[in-house]
Amino acid sequence: MATFKEFRNNIKPNWCPGCGDFSIQAAIQRAAAAVGLEPENLAVISGIGCSGRISGYINAYGLHGIHGRALPIAQGVKLANRDLTVIASGGDGDGFAIGMGHTVHAIRRNINITYIVMDNQIYGLTKGQTSPRSGEGFKTKSTPEGSVESTLSPLEIALASGATFVAQSFSSDLKQLTSLIEQGIQHEGFSLINVFSPCVTFNKVNTYDWFKENIINLDTVPDYDPSNRAMAMSKLMETGSMITGLIYQNKEKKSYENMVHGFKEEPLAQQSLALEKAEFDKLVAEFV
Amino acid sequence: MISQLSWKIGGQQGEGVESTDRIFSTALNRLGYYLYGYRHFSSRIKGGHTNNKIRISTKPIRAISDDLDILVAFDQESIDFNAHELRSGGVIVADAKFGPVVPEGVDAKLFAVPITSIAEELGTSLMKNMVASGASWALLGLPLEVFNKAVEEEFGRKGPAIVEKNIEAVKRGAEFVLELAGGPLEGFKLEPADGKQKLFMIGNDAIGLGSLAAGCRIMSAYPITPASEIMEYLIKKLPKFGGTVVQTEDEIAAITMAIGASYAGVRTMTASAGPGLSLMMEAIGLAGMTEIPVVIVDTQRGGPSTGLPTKQEQSDISALIYGTHGEIPKIVLAPSSIEECFYDTIQAFNLAEKYQVPVILATDLQLSLGKQSCEALDFEKIQIDRGYMVKDIPDREDSSMFNRYAFTENGISPRVLPGEKNGIHHVTGVEHDEAGRPSESPVNRKKMMDKRFRKLAKLDVENPIHLHAPHAEPDLLIVGMGSTGGTIDQARLRLNGEGITSNHMTVRLLHPFPVEEVREQMEKAKKIVVLENNATGQLANLIKMNVGHHDKIVNVLKYDGNPFLPAEIFERCKNAAGNLTQEELVKNGNL
Repeated sequence: MATFKEFRNNIKPNWCPGCGDFSIQAAIQRAAAAVGLEPENLAVISGIGCSGRISGYINAYGLHGIHGRALPIAQGVKLANRDLTVIASGGDGDGFAIGMGHTVHAIRRNINITYIVMDNQIYGLTKGQTSPRSGEGFKTKSTPEGSVESTLSPLEIALASGATFVAQSFSSDLKQLTSLIEQGIQHEGFSLINVFSPCVTFNKVNTYDWFKENIINLDTVPDYDPSNRAMAMSKLMETGSMITGLIYQNKEKKSYENMVHGFKEEPLAQQSLALEKAEFDKLVAEFV
Repeated sequence: MISQLSWKIGGQQGEGVESTDRIFSTALNRLGYYLYGYRHFSSRIKGGHTNNKIRISTKPIRAISDDLDILVAFDQESIDFNAHELRSGGVIVADAKFGPVVPEGVDAKLFAVPITSIAEELGTSLMKNMVASGASWALLGLPLEVFNKAVEEEFGRKGPAIVEKNIEAVKRGAEFVLELAGGPLEGFKLEPADGKQKLFMIGNDAIGLGSLAAGCRIMSAYPITPASEIMEYLIKKLPKFGGTVVQTEDEIAAITMAIGASYAGVRTMTASAGPGLSLMMEAIGLAGMTEIPVVIVDTQRGGPSTGLPTKQEQSDISALIYGTHGEIPKIVLAPSSIEECFYDTIQAFNLAEKYQVPVILATDLQLSLGKQSCEALDFEKIQIDRGYMVKDIPDREDSSMFNRYAFTENGISPRVLPGEKNGIHHVTGVEHDEAGRPSESPVNRKKMMDKRFRKLAKLDVENPIHLHAPHAEPDLLIVGMGSTGGTIDQARLRLNGEGITSNHMTVRLLHPFPVEEVREQMEKAKKIVVLENNATGQLANLIKMNVGHHDKIVNVLKYDGNPFLPAEIFERCKNAAGNLTQEELVKNGNL
């Protein structure tokens, strides 16, 4: 069985020192080892942005695609080979701005993949513009007088879209994050894990200290029940989504692959493509 | 006895025009006639004039006719809109209900049949289509038993009572019209056909069938006219092969999901029309850059923007060839017949994997939706070539990644699928080195660009052009693509009658352009007519850019939403064959 070290490669990330993304990279590597994966059975599909580079920093199959489209690519990979563990990953701009349409529909579709959002509330790679996750009044290069648009609450949207697994974590809490990724991988269906990942260069508001002061770990909330969707929704609304831990999980609903009519239990990628003559004749006969 | 005839049915959309056409043509197909259909329809569900035209022949045909022999009309609008097409002495079969009138100046015989009343008497006005098709059938003097068999098949699963009612409707329609006409019409009696049943399908069916034969197991697509029939066909079939169609949230998801599935090793396809293709362009660049094979069908329709969504056009050519930012190797293939829709779909999957590039299969609306007879499809010709794939990779001493993008002589690098031990590499749309790691090195950049383009240097495509070249030095070389070939051939017969010799070339490989094959034919001709359904002469420009001979090329363009008619091509080619220059022809209104 592979150890977490075997999920490392020798490529040095181009993230700034102190970036929250380093811990997320480590958590994915640890979780992959903890659930017993071999590197060749993991595929990490990422979007564009600082965080999108993560697929290149993990020793596994990986595809660094185009901005906002990690999710449809990842879903395609999973449909083609359901034996693979597929992790999609990208930033808040990637998943909640340009790719928001895909996020909602991937949630609805419920294909068995894990989506890890590295949420720094800013556009980092383009050097500091506002993101849908930026707070109101947040001053950036593109909002010099402060953002007037409402802050997006993706986890509320996820719950409203029929999500079967919703979690949130903080890059400083490696233990919780690793555990949530493990649970996400083991969940049957689409799992969304939003991770606060401070941008030390362009976001001077939502810093490590700021998060430490403001987030509430659900482990400390008595009687919190992650199987209760209404409770999850009201907790998110009540706290402005500043909670970490497993927020909601529906263990009843089956994944897309297990519900779609006729979908093969064995990986499609390993099937023979040849069509039998009798089968062909039958198909053709329909057009006579 | 005649060897061919044109029949049209018109009415309001949603009124049974489609079903009348379907049952009538299915019965004709059963007798072995060759059929070629054309649908005139609007982008709405109920209401609005719609009509379907079928050409019926004892010999193979691939074109609609200029005129019409029989018009079946459910309303006066259908008569007013279509009667001008009737040949002198043609026939109108109309519903007596609306008091049909033959427009002034039209020389046609009118048979007012109480189509709606008969249907209602039998229980429901829905059976109008049966009464109308029964009347049409009887006028042609064709045996009713064959028609009844088609009815049985259409309605069999609804039970014997329904079948019987429909057969009765057919019979009543037939009896009524025969009484009016005094028996089957002289001059409309069709010669018997060869009795051999042909396949009868639309291009989109042939593409769907071709993709199954090619081993496609996943299709991701977003509904759009005129492509949706492909996904609708495959969702019925793919579950039997363990696969599925995913209806995605948009075309960007459709193409990127296809790229993901293809990367992971499944033959995957998406299909759309112009607006969808525009949305896919960035992702097509990703497929080119990452060398992931994928097949994209573009059923061209009237553009730009929403344009004419239910009408014929061939105006995506430039967009398909150039429409992604930066430069990637890609293949654009344009089938020109229903059979080619089938074989080219298989070829597209093979080319995509062999050369590890995106392959676009470009049809046009008439080819995708026009229902027509199709020659038997040859199972033996189905071949699957998955290209340079590697498995069971030996352990390496160091911990280096697999060189998925290794520099090779022909540019094609070993492809390995996720899940394969010792095959781990990176894939990125960023310029990368042999293992897929991002690289900005100028030396690597140039080598990688050259490697990707080298793949197509020795591209092997079956029949990049089609040629009918009976003349060594023709007056005209007529060049077309897509669905126009059959109509061009009809026009050439007439040109020949006027002493104008012509050769006919269909360009099937739009990109990379088959320069040598095309040049050879262009050099032999005195003039070259490039005929296409767009306003700017995109195919002609492609030829000028790749081959030259600007001075010999005359554009024949049509972009009003309708396919070319044989007579139009004849007139315009005749003008083009004269001594006038392109400018003079345009000025005189000859083109």
